[in-house]
Amino acid sequence: MALFSSRKTVVVDCDVLVIGGGFGGCGAAYESRYWGRDLKIVVVEKANIERSGAVAHGLSAINCYMGMQWGENQPEDHVRYARGDLMGLVREDLIYDIARHVDSTVHKFEEWGLPIMKDPQTGHYLREGRWQIMIHGESYKPIVAEAAAKSATAVYNRIMVTHLLMDRKRPNRVAGAIGFNVRDGHCHVFRAKAVIVAAGGASHIFRPRAIGEGTGRTWYAPWSSASAYGLLIEAGAKMVQMENRIVLARFKDGYGPVGAWFLLLKAYATNAYGEKYEEAWFDATKALVGAYADVKPMPTCLRNHAMIEEMKAGRGPIYMQTQACLDTKEKEDIGWEDFLDMTVGQAVVWASQNIDPKERASELITSEPYVMGSHATCSGAWASGPEDCAPADYQWGYNRMTTIEGLFGAGDTIGGSAHKFSSGSFTEGRIAGKSAVRYVMDLNGAAPAADAAQIERLAAMIFRPLDTYRINRNEIVAGTVAPGYLLPLHGLQRLEKLMDEYVGGYSTFYVTSEPLLERGLELLAMLKEDLAHLGAEDLHQLQRAWELQHRVLTAEAVARHTLFRRETRWPGYYYRADHPRLDDAEWHVFTASEFDAKTGDWRLGKLPVHHIV
Amino acid sequence: MPTFTDMTKCDGCGECVDICPSDIMHIDPVYRRAYNIEPNFCWECYSCVKACPQHAIDVRGYADFAPLGHKVRVLREKDKGSISWKIRYRDGRVKEFCFPIRTTPWGSIKAPSEYAAPEPGGLGSPLLAHEPAALKVAALPTLPASVR
Repeated sequence: MALFSSRKTVVVDCDVLVIGGGFGGCGAAYESRYWGRDLKIVVVEKANIERSGAVAHGLSAINCYMGMQWGENQPEDHVRYARGDLMGLVREDLIYDIARHVDSTVHKFEEWGLPIMKDPQTGHYLREGRWQIMIHGESYKPIVAEAAAKSATAVYNRIMVTHLLMDRKRPNRVAGAIGFNVRDGHCHVFRAKAVIVAAGGASHIFRPRAIGEGTGRTWYAPWSSASAYGLLIEAGAKMVQMENRIVLARFKDGYGPVGAWFLLLKAYATNAYGEKYEEAWFDATKALVGAYADVKPMPTCLRNHAMIEEMKAGRGPIYMQTQACLDTKEKEDIGWEDFLDMTVGQAVVWASQNIDPKERASELITSEPYVMGSHATCSGAWASGPEDCAPADYQWGYNRMTTIEGLFGAGDTIGGSAHKFSSGSFTEGRIAGKSAVRYVMDLNGAAPAADAAQIERLAAMIFRPLDTYRINRNEIVAGTVAPGYLLPLHGLQRLEKLMDEYVGGYSTFYVTSEPLLERGLELLAMLKEDLAHLGAEDLHQLQRAWELQHRVLTAEAVARHTLFRRETRWPGYYYRADHPRLDDAEWHVFTASEFDAKTGDWRLGKLPVHHIV
Repeated sequence: MPTFTDMTKCDGCGECVDICPSDIMHIDPVYRRAYNIEPNFCWECYSCVKACPQHAIDVRGYADFAPLGHKVRVLREKDKGSISWKIRYRDGRVKEFCFPIRTTPWGSIKAPSEYAAPEPGGLGSPLLAHEPAALKVAALPTLPASVR
């Protein structure tokens, strides 16, 4: 502390604290203000909410919209779709809950000024696929952030939240959060009656395919640093399906989206010889997963599986035959806008490699794995479900409350509810926001009290990497190699390499096994010890240091859940070589874990999957 | 690099520092102009490029897979509600596109507190703000929690 004696501690008291100002957090801020007119609602964000979270860049489609007004889909249909895509294992109550509300969210987005494309014949929203609608979404995030900024009492940008704070008397009750301002270095303590974690899922857990500058071009944003999980795991929340990492089939290197190309423009994928390969793998896939191979549309992981097998057979590159479908200027515009709205880097790849999609096919690849809860995957916290729909054992309190009292979640934070995407994450934030207000009202002033000893301990710990660097930097002449500390990037690279090699990254074609996982966990334990020696040259690196802490804890959960589930449930996402088949008799369940920060122990178990649709 | 800043155009205003989601646009202490301190954490999201009042920031594709000679330039005209792109290929071909970004004036969103306050009893119902009207169907669907 002596080295940074000018550091202040800023204390903010509020009723509802929203951690993370992405789509989940913006929805939480909006809804909690609607119901809690006089409450103090605070949003804290490590970047700037105008361009933060996974939608910072923009989006070209809204991937979760029922269209109930036109009778296009009902919420039950969406539950069936998500369940099929996730090989049977989802929280149907949570998915149903999002699906029945999501249309009102999208209608608000349109009213606020988001340009949604229309079908000229019907006047309905232009469908990309059954669930997706096309938008001009370059400003999707700034529009939604405007609504959130008008809802919150205050938005604190550039605050990296490192830990949740717990109640002094009741250790399983949340009391706020602590972090630091990335610009001025002051410690920030938020004391709150209810906390909604709407932070991001995880990129950079597994080694990216790129090796240099291109490691910034991960599919999920490089700033999605696993805080959705790191904050909750540390606090002891029950987590589910952490093994359910996702691998994406995308345009190679730029990771441009493929949805509009496949679904709207009707392009198709082939191997290097122009052959459509998916059907050729059907029988072999069915031998692994049984009836799940017959699910329509084919689950995302199984489509990956066919592509991976085709690559292993040496018939790559795999190509998207874009030239076969871009026959009008209108279609060319749609294809390009798809990238320019949300993945400009893919347009840069095409321009740099002289690829005109009108003229020639473009390579596809399966990405490195990611850990998140809002796409075709559902890692995250175990949460109480909606009162009118959830089975009894999925319900112990307020909707979207985790196993920690007063701690709610939305977006990537909540497990089991796949396929929410941007609109569903905002909707889940709304659900959590309303619930949190109700919780605060029910408290009747009985506010939790943050534990002063915990605050003091954490405040010292948070800034330690700055001191470690300052002290040990004097030992060396210059450069990045020092005996006294590890820089955050060093730690990140070690994490990515070991997760890749032992826990099923791209370099093993996503294969792992019990011996590999055991060895990986051994190395991960040493990395965790080494994190005590992280050095940070400045506040930016201090942010990277805490992002790394969240990633490492999340990675450990991934490895432990992967070890626990003794089957291969999602071929194409990862493979347990020692248990290569899907095993519904034993494993038609959720995997669950709880971490004890005091002892470092993990407790794993199974939770039932109930079908309500 | 991915983003880089033109020495002669940047005036060090800090708009890019303020907006960058990755916290990698910083002001160089010697030159008092912005630069990308961590290209390997740059998503090429163009948030800084669009925000720069001097149009001083550009992108050179990731060196590990993007050959040189390309250019993807953008002009985001917030008040016109549109964005324009000019893409120059390595071989000199050029493509241009323009798309809408917003249909309403900036700042025009009605805050939730500007709507009539909900009935206190509403807090116990599953309805969210503006529902069921905003759903554009008669009622919020529900499902009995009977386990199949």
